[in-house]
Amino acid sequence: MKIAIRSLAIIFSLLLLSCGGKEEKKKAGFSVDRTKATEKPAETAPAIDATPASARIDLSNKGVGPITEITLDSEIDEALAKSGEEVYNQMCLACHRVGKKFIGPAPDGILERRSPEWVMNMILNPEGMVKEDALAKDLLMEFNGAPMANQGLTEEQARSVLEFFRTLK
Amino acid sequence: MKKYSFYVMLLIGFSALLSSCGNQGDGQSSNGALSSSTAEKAYVAPGEHDEFYAFISGGYSGNITVYGLPSGRMFKEIPVFSQFPTSGYGYSEETKPMLNTSFGFVPWDDSHHPDISQTNGELDGRWIFINGNNTPRIARVSLSTFETEEIIELPNSAGNHSSSFVTENSEYVVAGTRFSVPIPQRDMPINEYKGNFKGSLSFVSVAPDNGRMNLEFQIIMPGFNYDLAHPGRGKSHGWFFFTTYNTEEANTLMEVNSSQNDKDFIAAINWKKVEEYVKNGGGTKIPAEYAHNVYDEHTHTATSTMKKEVLTVNPLDVPGAVFFLPTPKSPHGCDVDPSGQYIIGNGKLSADLTVHSFDKMIAAIEGEKFDGEAYGIPILKFEDVLAGVVKSGGLGPLHTEFDGKGNAYTTFFISSEVVKWKLGTWEVLDRQPTFYSVGHLMIPGGNSAKPFGKYVVALNKITKDRYLPTGPEMEHSAQIYDISGDKMELIYDFPTHGEPHYAAGIPADLLAPKSKKIYRLDENKHPYAVLTPSDAKVTREGNEVHVYMSTIRSHFTPDNIEGVKVGDKVYFHITNHEQDFDVPHGFSMIGQNTSELLVMPGQTKTSLWEPKKPGVWPFYCTDFCSALHQEMQGYVRVSPAGSNVPLTYTLGE
Repeated sequence: MKIAIRSLAIIFSLLLLSCGGKEEKKKAGFSVDRTKATEKPAETAPAIDATPASARIDLSNKGVGPITEITLDSEIDEALAKSGEEVYNQMCLACHRVGKKFIGPAPDGILERRSPEWVMNMILNPEGMVKEDALAKDLLMEFNGAPMANQGLTEEQARSVLEFFRTLK
Repeated sequence: MKKYSFYVMLLIGFSALLSSCGNQGDGQSSNGALSSSTAEKAYVAPGEHDEFYAFISGGYSGNITVYGLPSGRMFKEIPVFSQFPTSGYGYSEETKPMLNTSFGFVPWDDSHHPDISQTNGELDGRWIFINGNNTPRIARVSLSTFETEEIIELPNSAGNHSSSFVTENSEYVVAGTRFSVPIPQRDMPINEYKGNFKGSLSFVSVAPDNGRMNLEFQIIMPGFNYDLAHPGRGKSHGWFFFTTYNTEEANTLMEVNSSQNDKDFIAAINWKKVEEYVKNGGGTKIPAEYAHNVYDEHTHTATSTMKKEVLTVNPLDVPGAVFFLPTPKSPHGCDVDPSGQYIIGNGKLSADLTVHSFDKMIAAIEGEKFDGEAYGIPILKFEDVLAGVVKSGGLGPLHTEFDGKGNAYTTFFISSEVVKWKLGTWEVLDRQPTFYSVGHLMIPGGNSAKPFGKYVVALNKITKDRYLPTGPEMEHSAQIYDISGDKMELIYDFPTHGEPHYAAGIPADLLAPKSKKIYRLDENKHPYAVLTPSDAKVTREGNEVHVYMSTIRSHFTPDNIEGVKVGDKVYFHITNHEQDFDVPHGFSMIGQNTSELLVMPGQTKTSLWEPKKPGVWPFYCTDFCSALHQEMQGYVRVSPAGSNVPLTYTLGE
């Protein structure tokens, strides 16, 4: 019984929290509740990395998914990058814009922060990544809980998109 | 205290189990209730899949509902002849042409008899056909997308009831008229029916590669009512059998006047002979008007074409092609056993079933043993073609299905029961009550050369006290019987939707693996599709505004539109950019005089909005698509007619 009440309280405070994020400009009386609500997760989840997930650098993490190891040629394959750009424009552009935080993070410079395997796994296995990869999980939270959609790309298509990303500086 | 109530509950549960088993009252409970695991037989555990798909006609809903067997769980309603706001079928610009007819847009029909396409007499699971009874039509539904792909109207037909049944290799899907009418239609006194009205039997070919239908020929028969039909199979492949009633040719007070004759007929049609006659240039082309509507899976768009003539065949011009088999009395169902040897006429005003023999029929034809003729069509002698009579003791036999193990199952409407009997010996093996007044019954593949005789579903006309009452109108009940043993066992009872007439079942493993999950965006050929969000735009041509819009979890591109004016016709062309299974997006606009759209992944659909008032009007996604679904919305600014607000469209600016 006590447990039930406590978890109800947690659910309720989460609910408040999720509302809180949207109402920055409002000055109405909800601010009191909001302050209360924001205190709780701070207690239960200590040691949060202050750096936003999108800015963190982790080149050793290969992520979770079908890609375990790929090697990149030092030269960029322009033809492959070109076809990757086409796939990107059709399948990714709705949420990812070059040079701009949009629904999801911008793809430019991604390979300075992530391993190529991680990038491809994020494309090919987004559901698995947000469940099992801590970084992907944090990214989901940073981007308002908007899940990366599985666009059903083949490995070849994902590889071409990766090559296109290499051309973005 | 807690423990005590636990035991009480257990006891109550246990006794409920005992008493519910007892209610079976079928006299087979000698092994005791504990060995009877009726509930288990219909139980499909959460997350588990059913063994069969059942496609049940919706009758006056105009649609098909899809259920699982043995669980009786409903999976889907497929819109066919009726507008369906749930998906926008018949409302979207792309699908409005599907419901076009020679009478204009008809938003509804009465769907009766689904039949799954066959190859070599076995279900092949490519398409399911169904008839529209009221404004005569046949529809073809894809069994990979579960969408209606084609509808063809039938001229010179009225009450398309003996339809839509397929031949052994889906060469034809067949449609006989219930009402005889003047052919061609003309202004004449009704009481001059006799001898002047005619009945058409339409043979619609099915293209083997893509299923496209074409009305090849119509046989113009005497003015009887053509009630139901089934194709010959195996040895009788090449023949089609139609029950008739009203051989009296009455035109009023039919329930008395068309029940006078002691016997009506089963019309036996050698369609191969007629086909050959037509191929050699036979038949007469007459003017007609009928719509042929085709939905293209790649453009996601239907087109309607009006056809102008039809080839008719006078049966007297094709000797040896058409015969009448006398059958008592106002026969309804016309069913052919898996071997093709027996043709069963269920005389709905007779207590007995009449079984004709195909071999005997051929012998009688070859021996020219005729008992007269009707309008020049030879009538065979009843005794010469009769294989046997099933004396069941039931009342009002309607329809028969087969289990592929030598048994037949016939429904009796008046006495509310399913009767199991043996082909060849005609002996009654078992009978089980239905609840209530059963019409059709269905065994998966039960009217093909290869039935899957594990379950039979009884489709009832009357529900009464079976479920909690829901006002004067109740959904019709259906019962599932396990027929794997010697005796039929009632295992489940579930409500259906609309009025189910016939149904068609198929093993799940023939369909599930090829069920389409998404439409590929790179195969989308819709003329208004946006294949990349950077192509999203709004254009104006006079007072027509076209919004090329894309969707993905969870936003519209664009989501702010200005420059629309009162008096404009605004077409929203929505392309869903998801490529993941089961992630549709919806679209709805405030005050729109049409339904929402539900757009499948990779698909494009179009909705028309004619804004009537200046203001800023919201639209939103109707399908809960993600945690941010509630954020999936946008605004259109509508200015007064003649204002100069420039046309703009933005997202995130």
